[in-house]
Amino acid sequence: MALYSEKVMDHFRNPRNVGVIENADGVGEAGNPVCGDIMKIYLKIENDIITDVKFETFGCGSAIASSSMATELIKGKPISEAMTLTNKAVTEALDGLPAHKLHCSVLAEEAIRLALRDYFDKNNIPYDPKEFPDAHCDTCCHT
Amino acid sequence: MLPYMDEVYGNPSSLYSFGQDAKEALEDARARVAACIGADPREITFTSGGSEADNQAIFTAAHLGAKKGKKHIISTAFEHHAVLHTLDRLKAEGFEITLLDVHKNGVITADEVLAALRDDTCLVTIMYANNEIGTVQPIAEIGAALKDKDVIFHTDAVQAAGHLHIDVKEQNIDMLSISGHKFHGPKGIGVLYTRTGIRLETIISGGAQERGKRAGTENIPAIMGLAKALEDAVAGIDENAAKLTVLRDKLIEGLDKIPYGELNGDAVKRLPSNVNFCFEGIEGESLLLLLDDKGICASSGSACTSGSLDPSHVLLAIGRPHEVAHGSLRLSLGEDTTEEDVDYIITAVTDVVTYLRNMSPFWRDLVDGKRQHVFEK
Repeated sequence: MALYSEKVMDHFRNPRNVGVIENADGVGEAGNPVCGDIMKIYLKIENDIITDVKFETFGCGSAIASSSMATELIKGKPISEAMTLTNKAVTEALDGLPAHKLHCSVLAEEAIRLALRDYFDKNNIPYDPKEFPDAHCDTCCHT
Repeated sequence: MLPYMDEVYGNPSSLYSFGQDAKEALEDARARVAACIGADPREITFTSGGSEADNQAIFTAAHLGAKKGKKHIISTAFEHHAVLHTLDRLKAEGFEITLLDVHKNGVITADEVLAALRDDTCLVTIMYANNEIGTVQPIAEIGAALKDKDVIFHTDAVQAAGHLHIDVKEQNIDMLSISGHKFHGPKGIGVLYTRTGIRLETIISGGAQERGKRAGTENIPAIMGLAKALEDAVAGIDENAAKLTVLRDKLIEGLDKIPYGELNGDAVKRLPSNVNFCFEGIEGESLLLLLDDKGICASSGSACTSGSLDPSHVLLAIGRPHEVAHGSLRLSLGEDTTEEDVDYIITAVTDVVTYLRNMSPFWRDLVDGKRQHVFEK
């Protein structure tokens, strides 16, 4: 029994949307080096549509795969849809993650939220702060 | 091993001839193992592995000490968990534990052991060679320093047996643990050497096997496999060490060229087979998975590979910060490793580290000066 599903390994070996967007409309970063994973999401947004998304990830196989899948799930989608992306959706799209790796999908959800908040902030778009919890990792002992 | 599964399959405790044949084989194996480490056959107890041997040795020495009112134990911060967790249990029983600092190079000195010694010290347990970073401790010097003291000296020699010289008498070792699968023997079998005069505490109660000190029907095939593997390893010890040291140093030299990476542990006082590096800006598990795709089996001390939230206690003990310990890589060389393999590994590791750094926001921050490098180069 392999540690990861074939889908996870595919997204880990051939990650989609790796890179940086210069002058991105929104940037979000979740995690920290002490915990051993950081995800950074870059968004290009036009008329409320996420026209491009890139990521950089420092982390394990499932962290890289979660970033790759999460970016695929929001690419070309309206902001409203990206705002409702859950870690559960990322995990399901990857055909599951081992229990001790679920926090990787949480990081992906967080990084995307933070990138969207950054976009709202930059464009003076009002939002409910409650929808954007501060970056944290629930499962980590170092917070 | 095979004949002891289908030909000599008797129970050594039985009187019938099949059993007695097995008993003879068992005692022959005991004598051969004893000869490999300079012990007397009666000082050899077969266990289920290194962990059981460590447990039994430590509980024995601690409880013998407690009878004399001595409840202080000296060990190091980077022992195997079979030792550390046993010490935790003793702590709960009221023992006081001193864990010596292993320094940045992962090597302690006999003087440091002596300095920590107290009137109520009953046990010094220090590993011969570290299982992650391969650093070798001055076991003979520590043994000599403790020779005339009323304290039991145990060493977890799981990584050393079959790879480094062991002579328990010359090195003044009172108790020593060995595990079969670390020198191409079978898994699930180990040895505890106990110097004559130390009364072993029984951990597994039951029948009178192993002189009543370790109950349970002996695993004869595994014991025969262990004895043969240890003899073979000891016979080729110098030749192998010489060959592996050359390959190890070549691998270290090659990996050292990767920027912002550093060898973990002393470069010289280390097992001939062990190479262990930390690389900044990457995480160990993704490194292992990509190396596995290239046919390289390695391990890491990152939290993600340890199954816990913290990276390796060994890397933390030598002062590596968490963020660097997550990016560790351990490579173990074997007798079959060739120079071509080493060249291939150097290229593969360099490529994979570069690839992962190129997608790492942590690495980008280091390059942009937004975070501080831990290593100088």
